[in-house]
Amino acid sequence: MDLGTPGRRIYAYTGGKPFDSTLPCVVFIHGAQHDHSVWILQSRYLAHHGCAVLALDLPGHGRSDGPAASSVEAIAERVAAALEPLTSPRLLLVGHSMGSLIALEVARRLPARVAGVALLATASPMGVSDALLAATRSDPAAAMDMINVWSHSPVIAPFAVRPGNPAPGFNVVWQNLRLMQRTASVNGSEVLPTDFAACNSYNGAVAAARALQCPALFILGARDQMTPPKAARSLIEACAQPQVVTLPATGHTLMAENPDGVRRALHEFTQRVFAGVTA
Amino acid sequence: MSRYPGFDTLALHAGQAPDTATGARAVPIYATTSFCFEDSEHAASLFNMERAGHVYSRISNPTVAVLEERVAALERGVGAIATASGQAALHLAIATLMGAGSHIVASRALYGGSHNLLAYTLRRFGIETTFVDPRDLDAWRAAIRPATRLLFGETLGNPGLDVLDVPAASALAHAHGLPLLVDSTFTTPYLMQPAELGADLVYHSATKFIGGHGVAIGGVLVDSGRFDWRSSGKFDVLTRPYEGFHGMTFADESTVAPFLLRARREGLRDFGACMSAHTAFLLLQGLETLPLRMARHVENARKVVAFLAAHPQIESIAYPELPSHPDQRLAQRLLPKGCGAVFSFNLKGSRAAGRRFVESLQVFSHLANVGDAKSLVIHPASTTHFRVPDDELSAAGITQGTIRLSIGLEDPADLLDDLGRALKAASRVA
Repeated sequence: MDLGTPGRRIYAYTGGKPFDSTLPCVVFIHGAQHDHSVWILQSRYLAHHGCAVLALDLPGHGRSDGPAASSVEAIAERVAAALEPLTSPRLLLVGHSMGSLIALEVARRLPARVAGVALLATASPMGVSDALLAATRSDPAAAMDMINVWSHSPVIAPFAVRPGNPAPGFNVVWQNLRLMQRTASVNGSEVLPTDFAACNSYNGAVAAARALQCPALFILGARDQMTPPKAARSLIEACAQPQVVTLPATGHTLMAENPDGVRRALHEFTQRVFAGVTA
Repeated sequence: MSRYPGFDTLALHAGQAPDTATGARAVPIYATTSFCFEDSEHAASLFNMERAGHVYSRISNPTVAVLEERVAALERGVGAIATASGQAALHLAIATLMGAGSHIVASRALYGGSHNLLAYTLRRFGIETTFVDPRDLDAWRAAIRPATRLLFGETLGNPGLDVLDVPAASALAHAHGLPLLVDSTFTTPYLMQPAELGADLVYHSATKFIGGHGVAIGGVLVDSGRFDWRSSGKFDVLTRPYEGFHGMTFADESTVAPFLLRARREGLRDFGACMSAHTAFLLLQGLETLPLRMARHVENARKVVAFLAAHPQIESIAYPELPSHPDQRLAQRLLPKGCGAVFSFNLKGSRAAGRRFVESLQVFSHLANVGDAKSLVIHPASTTHFRVPDDELSAAGITQGTIRLSIGLEDPADLLDDLGRALKAASRVA
């Protein structure tokens, strides 16, 4: 379904079911150079287990109107404006990597609506090396390879995810690379440098975490080479109600490397934050 | 990891970690038809694709999945589906993408079985094919119709080894919103990774070099994840709700792999041409040494080609590394590691001389297969291409005197001795 207004349309995958505005709603926010499909199993599962689901394509990504916004705050403005008219009783914001920073900023803008935030593979600051930032412009193909390598746990494990994501027979590593390439071909070459520059320049995460008025779940990958668990410490300490789940042997793209671990943690969290929520 | 694992490492490790239950290092053979559910909720979520897992071995099996993920890793594909044979992989690709009223443009330099499927069998089901010279891009372009849904060729055409210009063919296909499917059986991912050159779908008769030992029949269909099915606008099968699977719109679920989702959820479920765990195990044993074997296959093939090219009884030889082959420059660009180990040549003399040659070989085995560790020989006009009309045979570069060799891993001196003896015997036939 589409959220937002003409020219500022935001596409949302609803988990294989029609969107039900009477149910509490889980909003999935993807990371840099990605789209809604990174949540394929988790979003479909929650949509069939008591929640309404909106897995967004961020502005300028996938099927949503562009351009990609140049700051975390600007992206959050667009997302909050699209979510604001919804009549869903409560929202749970789930963000991955760059999406986790956007979730914090959306929660800041819609405090009365947000029942919880789940931050996956998060960090503060979410710095990006100068070499990678430069490569996103000068050599995007090399930059995407670099990102793809560091997005997974070391060496061979991501080539042997069991029982596969989204099903047996699928390769996690090349799916991630092809998705980044697809975003570049469909949405343009500016998305990659814009997203990574937005992550690098954002410095409001700790303040946003401190301002949270709802429970926060941190889902971290023990073998995350991009945002290692220790990089989330300042955010965890800033939250009044943090819960931390560290998934063993899991890298940065933890929804793909450990889909069951992420699903389990999110499902338990929805039951906690949506308990007693009715239309 | 600071870089992707190398090809040789992926050939040994991709798709498998030591078994957590037993510690087994080799890939266990999961000889089971079905898999227990934890509870009713688990069962429902597996059936509804909310969770990954195995339900029934026609749809997926842990041993087969290792093979699928290993081949996908080597091909740089988003995933793969193992099938009962290479022919089943070709059928699965076509049946997933189209139905009656659709049209395919295919190279005319195809394996005889593929030609049969396209020219006769699929026509009975309302799918038409136009065959074109693989080197003539204008012919490919001219054959495309509004109903066309696929361009198809072999990376190395059978049996003339026409080198498919994959980058050019894929660019043409994409300009028309169509995917390019290639049969990469002769090249294997060791010699060419078609997905990196622009191919959208790649399949193998894994019976050949992937298995490599002539012990099991199987196929593998790989999705590169590169084709944008939504933007094409020609594939409602992937971009519209499918009543046959929970009203799922596969392109909504997965941006890069909707083809594979449908091929598995519909194609394996309904057509059922799956691979057994035992077969997958056998093919995996071969796949682990693919880089070593292919290097030796090519090395031996080059020696045999050089021997035959210099022999006075040989009229012509089709191997793309030779200056006489029309695709030599293309082969240098697309196949820098070599042009494989299957090739054909024409013997001077009568048909009887050809028969005597084949029957005089002792190290080479006379049979209908290629890509074995052992060297093989066959006479295409009377076997693999028996049903192909003479004019199409000729257009594909095959004559009554064409002989096809598949060069194995034997001591190359023994291969040359064997060929020399057989040529001498053939020379005595009038």
